[in-house]
Amino acid sequence: MSEKKGLLKRLAEGQVWTSIFRGGGVPKSRRQRMMVILNSVFLHLHPVRLPKHAVKLKFTWCMGGLSFFLFLILTISGILLMFYYRPTIEYAYVDIIDLAEQVPFGIMREIHRWGAHAMVITVWLHMFRVFMTGSYKPPREFNWAVGVILLLLTLLLSFTGYLLPWDQLAIWAITVGSNMARATPFLGSEGPGAALLAIGDINFVTMASDVRFALIGGRFLGEATLLRFYVLHCIGLPFIIMIFMAVHFWRIRKDGGISTPM
Amino acid sequence: MMEAFKHLIDTLSKPTILVSFTFIIFFFVFPPTDWFDKWHRRLKFDGLWSVKSFWIITALLVGFFVFGLGDSDFRSIMLKPDNVPIAGLIFLVFFFTWLSMNQAYNNDKLVEAGQPVDEQYDAPNDKILVWPDLVYIELITIILFSAFMLVWSIGLPAPLEEPANPSESPNPAKAPWYFLGLQEMLVYFDPWMAGVVLPSLIIVGLMAIPYLDNVKEGSGYYSFKDRKLSIAIFMFGWLVLWNLLIVIGTVLRGPNWNFFGPFEYWDSHKIEALTNINLSEFIYVKWMSSGLPGNILIREIWGMVLVLGYFMILPPLLAKTWLKNLFDRLGVARYSLFIVLILAALTLPIKMYLRWMFNLKYIISIPEYFFNF
Repeated sequence: MSEKKGLLKRLAEGQVWTSIFRGGGVPKSRRQRMMVILNSVFLHLHPVRLPKHAVKLKFTWCMGGLSFFLFLILTISGILLMFYYRPTIEYAYVDIIDLAEQVPFGIMREIHRWGAHAMVITVWLHMFRVFMTGSYKPPREFNWAVGVILLLLTLLLSFTGYLLPWDQLAIWAITVGSNMARATPFLGSEGPGAALLAIGDINFVTMASDVRFALIGGRFLGEATLLRFYVLHCIGLPFIIMIFMAVHFWRIRKDGGISTPM
Repeated sequence: MMEAFKHLIDTLSKPTILVSFTFIIFFFVFPPTDWFDKWHRRLKFDGLWSVKSFWIITALLVGFFVFGLGDSDFRSIMLKPDNVPIAGLIFLVFFFTWLSMNQAYNNDKLVEAGQPVDEQYDAPNDKILVWPDLVYIELITIILFSAFMLVWSIGLPAPLEEPANPSESPNPAKAPWYFLGLQEMLVYFDPWMAGVVLPSLIIVGLMAIPYLDNVKEGSGYYSFKDRKLSIAIFMFGWLVLWNLLIVIGTVLRGPNWNFFGPFEYWDSHKIEALTNINLSEFIYVKWMSSGLPGNILIREIWGMVLVLGYFMILPPLLAKTWLKNLFDRLGVARYSLFIVLILAALTLPIKMYLRWMFNLKYIISIPEYFFNF
């Protein structure tokens, strides 16, 4: 047997590699394989060990993991899109055209758009799997509730993003959606009970002060709506969803990891 | 021959027929009680979750799509870029429903035979290491899924229509596809119900599931037998009231939100003569042949009594009769929340049928205060 080490092996035992990946080398022993997970900030979202059925595709369907992966894809492609896109009525539509026609290999918008649709579906299917395996039962009740909020936030993210291309599809879909806000009980200008919130002839809930006005920043869809949805889509909702995701992932571990027959 | 088949499909997919058929057959496919379960087995619906049925239904679905894509009307609605996820959704929802029910029935058999379920493991011994057993699965999934996303994105351009023009509204103007179930509800409810109250109740209802379902069995593995009631209710909400309504709203609703079969041309001049009337008009104008009373309270008292009775009298009545066992199991607090959520969800099918059979618009109609129910 030759004692001469290959380049890869020498690299893996060198100072640089071992300083980055503590323990160094290819994890072969049981101890090393456990330490790989414990020593990595990313991998230690996982437990070190799992019940064997937990890695079977037919049990987990991978849908929760795919939802998170899609969230990462959408974040990265979204950041790239922000380089090119300006949220004003004047530029929004032409910037979208430029994305397809001027930007080299311009499929970032496609990845973002189809990824968003895919994420809605994977989140639904994840919820469906968790329901069918009874994984919402104690002690995981609260994490199920957090998951429902994540589902809602996913839909809201998708909905706010829908407006940004500022084409016919976008503004009319958002018109249909935001018109419903007008009918919110007590808070919408055409909602039941809104007329009760008045002193004499002065209504407090009007077209210029109701919840729809707050949502779209005006009486009609316009510049302010685009900016509002842009900020919600790029900063506001991602900020909130990341907090809930952190809680969701944390609670999976704290509630005993993936569910097992009890 | 082909035309006759297309015409048949168009007729069968009318909401009245499609939805009625689904409602009737549904609880025999997902039996909530032992009585339904008996018939479920007698009608051989338990065979639906076998491998053979899977291939037959998949072949039928694929066959239908291939056949349908030969038709220009079907093609134009199905291949509209934003509707492509719907086609995927139909297959995925079927596949995963089958996959979970197949495993559930297998486990039910194992439990019946006194054997441990498929997911059973011997606590410390059957544990495996995340590195490499899980990490490599994740890596392969990520690579395959990324490849899939790339192919999808290169092959199908993201939809982009004409620049926004607030003065020219498209017909029909549709919300994004995942909200089309809600938009479909607008046919039967006012926006404050379809767009605000019912969606909020969906969220609340979903979050309440773990607190309402106090059956201990079936935690952490696929099963059906011990959880019949909760699975049947969830499936009804998820498959029928959510996914089926989305498909109807996306594929079968054309100009003026009129109904169109999957092989029917979207004719914007199609006229559906429909004069919907309110309960108060039924009572005062049709039956008593007098005019509507001027006083709102007298005019709407009948509807209010009906709705209050539905939400206030019906629950305790049910608790004493049909749902006695459930009431005993859940207790007052759980039962109250459960029954209110269920009754609220059932207002949708009830209002559908009142509309189809009597052209009833609102049970309570107080447009003076934007309160129509």
